[in-house]
Amino acid sequence: MLAFIVRRLLQSIAVLLAVGFIAFSMFQFAGDPVNNMVGQDANAETRALLRERLGLDQPFPIQFVRFIGNMLQGEFGVSYRLGMKVEQILVQRVPATLELVLIAALLALSVGVPLGVYTGLHRHGALSRVMLTVSLIGISLPTFLIGILLILVFAVWLGWLPSFGRGKVVALGWWTTGLTSWDGFRALILPAVTLSLFQMTLILRLVRSEMLEVLRTDYIKFARARGLTSRSINFGHALKNTMVPVITITGLQIGALIAFAIITETVFQWPGMGLLFLQAIQFVDIPVMSTYLVLVSLMFVIINLTVDLLYYAVDPRLRIERSAVGAH
Amino acid sequence: MAETEILSSPGARLVDVVRRFFEGDVFYSFRRSPVVIVAFAVTVIFFLGAFLAPWLAPHNTFDAATLNLLDAFKPPAWKADGDRSFPIGTDDQGRDVLSTIMYGMRVSLLVGFCSVALALAIGVTLGLLSGYIGGALDALIMRVADVQLSFPAILVALLIDGLARSFLPRSMHEELAIYVLVLAIGASNWVQFARTMRGSVMVEKGREYVQAARVIGIHPAMIMVRHVLPNVTGPVLVIATLALAVAILTEATLSFLGVGVPPTQPSLGTLIRIGNNFLFSGEWWMTIFPGAALVLLVLAVNLLGDWLRDALNPKLR
Amino acid sequence: MKLRLTVLALAAGLSLAVAVAADAKTFRYATGADLLGLDPHSNNEGPTNAMKGNLYEGLLHRRPDLSLNPSLATEWQQTAPDVWRFKLRQGVKYHLGQDFTADDVVFSFARQSQATSDMAYAVASIKEVRKIDSHTVELVTKGPDPVLLQNLPLFYIMSKSWVEQNNAGTVERGAGKTNYPNVNANGTGPFRVVERVPDTRTVLEPNAVWWGNATRETNITRAVFQPIGNAATRVAALLSGEMDLIYPLPLQDVDRIKAQGGVQVMQGPELRTIFLGFDQWRDESLDMPGSKKNPFKDVRVRKAFYQAIDINAIQRVVMRGASAPTASMVAPGIQGFVEDLNKRLPFDPDGAKKLLAEAGYPNGFPVTLDCPNDRYVNDEAICLAVVPMIKRIGIDIKLNAQTRSKHFNKISLTEGNVTSFYLLGWTPGSYDSLNALMNLMTLSNRGAGHGEYNSGRYNNARVNELTDLIKVEVDQVKRNAMIREAFKIHQDEVGHIPLHQQALAWGVRDSVAKAWQRPFDDVDLRFIVMK
Repeated sequence: MLAFIVRRLLQSIAVLLAVGFIAFSMFQFAGDPVNNMVGQDANAETRALLRERLGLDQPFPIQFVRFIGNMLQGEFGVSYRLGMKVEQILVQRVPATLELVLIAALLALSVGVPLGVYTGLHRHGALSRVMLTVSLIGISLPTFLIGILLILVFAVWLGWLPSFGRGKVVALGWWTTGLTSWDGFRALILPAVTLSLFQMTLILRLVRSEMLEVLRTDYIKFARARGLTSRSINFGHALKNTMVPVITITGLQIGALIAFAIITETVFQWPGMGLLFLQAIQFVDIPVMSTYLVLVSLMFVIINLTVDLLYYAVDPRLRIERSAVGAH
Repeated sequence: MAETEILSSPGARLVDVVRRFFEGDVFYSFRRSPVVIVAFAVTVIFFLGAFLAPWLAPHNTFDAATLNLLDAFKPPAWKADGDRSFPIGTDDQGRDVLSTIMYGMRVSLLVGFCSVALALAIGVTLGLLSGYIGGALDALIMRVADVQLSFPAILVALLIDGLARSFLPRSMHEELAIYVLVLAIGASNWVQFARTMRGSVMVEKGREYVQAARVIGIHPAMIMVRHVLPNVTGPVLVIATLALAVAILTEATLSFLGVGVPPTQPSLGTLIRIGNNFLFSGEWWMTIFPGAALVLLVLAVNLLGDWLRDALNPKLR
Repeated sequence: MKLRLTVLALAAGLSLAVAVAADAKTFRYATGADLLGLDPHSNNEGPTNAMKGNLYEGLLHRRPDLSLNPSLATEWQQTAPDVWRFKLRQGVKYHLGQDFTADDVVFSFARQSQATSDMAYAVASIKEVRKIDSHTVELVTKGPDPVLLQNLPLFYIMSKSWVEQNNAGTVERGAGKTNYPNVNANGTGPFRVVERVPDTRTVLEPNAVWWGNATRETNITRAVFQPIGNAATRVAALLSGEMDLIYPLPLQDVDRIKAQGGVQVMQGPELRTIFLGFDQWRDESLDMPGSKKNPFKDVRVRKAFYQAIDINAIQRVVMRGASAPTASMVAPGIQGFVEDLNKRLPFDPDGAKKLLAEAGYPNGFPVTLDCPNDRYVNDEAICLAVVPMIKRIGIDIKLNAQTRSKHFNKISLTEGNVTSFYLLGWTPGSYDSLNALMNLMTLSNRGAGHGEYNSGRYNNARVNELTDLIKVEVDQVKRNAMIREAFKIHQDEVGHIPLHQQALAWGVRDSVAKAWQRPFDDVDLRFIVMK
């Protein structure tokens, strides 16, 4: 197990280097940051000077090596847009996004899994069909439209919830939380619902599809034959066996949510990492983009490692399998 | 058994497949379900409407010369100041909404299906190999996947778009957009297929039937394709039908960021995005109709997908 | 409207007029993007510039009606053609308590004129700032400068001792360094920063010791500035009462919002002119490789394009009536604007076709219109509307609309003006026509500040000559005549196709009693009065 983790960590370094490299080659096509940093009255010399100071006049390999070198020393650079250290900006944004994603993921799981089990068990029930159909509407409209419609109803017409921002946040050390105050929690509701809709549908359908298959396998039939209660069969055996794809996808989706909740955060002006990243793209804020992408890939590496470890926990068959692979 | 099928002529195989289809359970379950028939009809209508748009649509909204700015913001024909030649109104550029939806559907379907097909092809192949063979190949594929995951579709699209623009002549740039989108969306979606596939394959691999097949000496490639693959398609198909919706919506988002289809040839997603700007100003028909078309399309395709998955799955019959 | 009542101890020393208001008045406002920072010498950009005026002051201040008024200087006179003497205001203190003196002016000039300062352009004509005594300075210009005073509101004064204490003497941009004044502010202005969280909010409170408190107009006790990028969300925040003022308000929402109770719309002209330009220098058009031809070198073709555009339709439909169609490259209100030249060529598609045929292009030619899609009011929609109009006179036109970071690079000198036909907007930073002549109508080889956005490289010998004369002519009448002549030549040659001045639209709740809208689309808090 330990050797496995060590090997994965070594591979991760290669992943991070590759991400940095690809990221850097992308920036060549994202536009010119200098034009965003200067006003219309800047003359050609000012632009050239700025380009030189940013190191953008250097050839691509030199820029890349410099970036890696700085990063190894813990230097992430200064944002072109805000003139602040990148790590300082990221630290401000992480809590907002993590809180939003946490609530959205909990919402998606707590609604998606039970409904998935229900629709799987009552395959031909009318209620199941209604649920399946309704769940699709939530994902067939673009997130920006859903977000705006929610704002229109709950903020403008009803006036119940705020239309943007995090509301009141409380600082706990460097972490800021909106969960401890009613004002902060209210602000979380609309963005979290918007963000969770897609995951909810996905999880519901995955669980249902897996339930349908598992319920027909021999060992469930054995379990029935042994006279176990249907509740213990459904939840103790069947549900547990549906979990491999659900964990894979949830893991990936949580990663994707943290990294790229771009549209939801933009619609609700949620001061998290997705909004930061979109603004960085629009401004061609290279230090923010590159640091961010490397951190995101680090996160995915960790998530995927966790997912692989979780496989062992939920599915004993994989354990045997892995030892078989190890014997090659 | 496998060898006789390979040896038989393609024509004979096709006839055989068609005959089996109409006599088989799939067609039977199709006839029995009214919901599926409706979903099928809706899908067919949308496909026909989209691909026959040049002949069926009342206006050719992709031909700029026919547009008149003064036709803009006409409400649907049944409203007081509506115009009969624009049955469900016009948009902010004077384009007939109905025709634009038909033409836009074409773009969306093309981008959606092609990119999902691409993602499926890459994802399923790599996932199967990764899960079945394991070891160093698994590690390599999964780390490449990790790299891919770190890049959102927007950045991938920027990269592909930038590369294509620097290598291709200027006159081709406008036509490029759709291919760039297919590549970018496809490339950013394959990982979820690959990882899901891999997870399921790893489970299946330990099952008795695979071990039996291995013991009797069937070639690993054959085991993967003929034995493992049919048993792990469930979760992949769930993601695939949803991925179609996601691809169509991603395309709208990318258009918003300037790497999508040209605004002179809007897709369904682009139409919704534009209409979104007019939600507060009262021109609801610019959002509602394209939105409804998209919801119906996604609904129909997913219902069909659900049914097909259940009908094709040997374990569920 | 529910007013958010925040318990706030009113700082002592506020004028009586304000002290009458026992309840706190919090003014919340939003625009599309956050400040790039608080350093007044660092960036030159919309919301950032708007905020500077609340925190920092110049020697002069420009009121909403564009008139120039005393600020940190109380009086001034020209003592020689290139020397101006300014008496500085006595007893002025910075937010953190430092006294304002002549040393600060000398220091601020040195800081703002650094090459890394994007505000250097505003003091570019000044050679030196001389301290005469603790409250008198002399500005020596590089030559006679007729527009010196126009630029002075943009010359921001910082405290020498504060900046030096924090080692922020150099304006750091790029090179991986941060700038202390970018995240901290210490000006002499009517407001001071009490909190700033980038991309979330910037909170200001009145400066209790501001010299102008006795006559100040605003009664707000706290101002909260928040960026809201998405336009629809911004409108929602106004309608729900979370915001007292938002700008810009999308034009299509104006009518609806006017009809709604509790919210008003303020509209006014902006000084930005939106126009189309053509490549007039390449021998072969980018869109016609191998043809050895560039149709835009022929004035008849340029005129045909001009006459193909139905500007009134664009004004009515795309701009919802909220734009002023124009024939001039500068807006009314800009020094040198010529009223009688502001007559557009008639909209005449048939005439346009004839002109094309005369020029030898009866069947048209291919061209691509380069357009930004996130910079100006409805920029992409304008281009989308232009495409069918041009297509109808037989031109095979394509549209390339992209984000500003790509568009401006493409059409600017950086990438060598790789465009045949483009859309651009321009506001002369100094509110003087010279700026437009230099940037848009002369070539970059004529010196710094020339041809930066003359993307089609319009070039006329007489216009060049006149521009150089206008730079140094101090007689306003003669100068205006020269500007007129240059503009007339440019107009006759159809150097560009001016489209319109876009309109400003602000959404204001009834909680606001009075707000002044300046044509440069910023909120100057000192003129905001709440109910």
